[in-house]
Amino acid sequence: MRPFKRRRRGGVVAVFEPDEAHVLANLAGQVVELLRDRNGASESDPDPLAVQLGMGGPSLPPEDPVLRRLLPDAYGDDEEESAEFRRFTERSLTSAKVENAERLIASLEAGGLDDEAETDTVVEVELDPGDVQAWLRSLTDIRLSIAVRLGIESEADQLALAESDDPAVSTMVDVYDWLGYVQETLVGALD
Amino acid sequence: MGRVTTPAPVELDEPASELGLALQDPWVTIVWNDPVNLMSYVAYVFRTYFGYTEEKATELMLAVHHEGRAVVSSGSREQMERHVQAMHEYGLWATLQKSDSV
Repeated sequence: MRPFKRRRRGGVVAVFEPDEAHVLANLAGQVVELLRDRNGASESDPDPLAVQLGMGGPSLPPEDPVLRRLLPDAYGDDEEESAEFRRFTERSLTSAKVENAERLIASLEAGGLDDEAETDTVVEVELDPGDVQAWLRSLTDIRLSIAVRLGIESEADQLALAESDDPAVSTMVDVYDWLGYVQETLVGALD
Repeated sequence: MGRVTTPAPVELDEPASELGLALQDPWVTIVWNDPVNLMSYVAYVFRTYFGYTEEKATELMLAVHHEGRAVVSSGSREQMERHVQAMHEYGLWATLQKSDSV
């Protein structure tokens, strides 16, 4: 990967190896699926009036720990208030997260990512300010999801995982670290 | 036996109570530490979303990191609900509560 940097005129650019772009798009797609499962198929096209009236939005926190981290309680000390808030707001939060992930995937596709073709061509993305916001949030959602699956709850957990002998865990930790690097260069390119 | 006089209830007129609310900033938004979010990203969010200076944003980010949490904003309940929702979209772990229960 060639890290993000700001062009003198216009957007922020980075270059990904084809494998890297595939991994990133795949992970973003998994987050989309997870969020869609939370609210059923109708979630992708919610009735705005129903949303405004707080109809049909779930009030209980998700059981899946990843979703619970992506869609946390708003009131730390009050379950009833959290449930009420969730009923009115969770769907719009979910939709925003889905849109961010889809925008990230769209940027990769615009940069040459092709799911069908086996190609060695690098994927060059150029992000406008709206894309940047979607990428920052979506990269965060992906990293949060991986961290929950890996059981990272403290910095000590992270250090312990780096020592893991399990190849599957090691691979996931590498991906997690790499995503942190991608996000770090993106934040750095914005200053 | 003497009777203790009960003071008559004070009737606050509307502007006074509004002023009281504004001074008290009765609700706060709290951001909690997590081992996932990058320090640079958290400071970026505080700077761009709340409009804080780089210095203040960094100070708040370090408070979250070292103390486990920090009050990042105070105001009306509705404002704090909007902030919490925005923080959740950024992927930061945030909650709101009454300022007197912090």
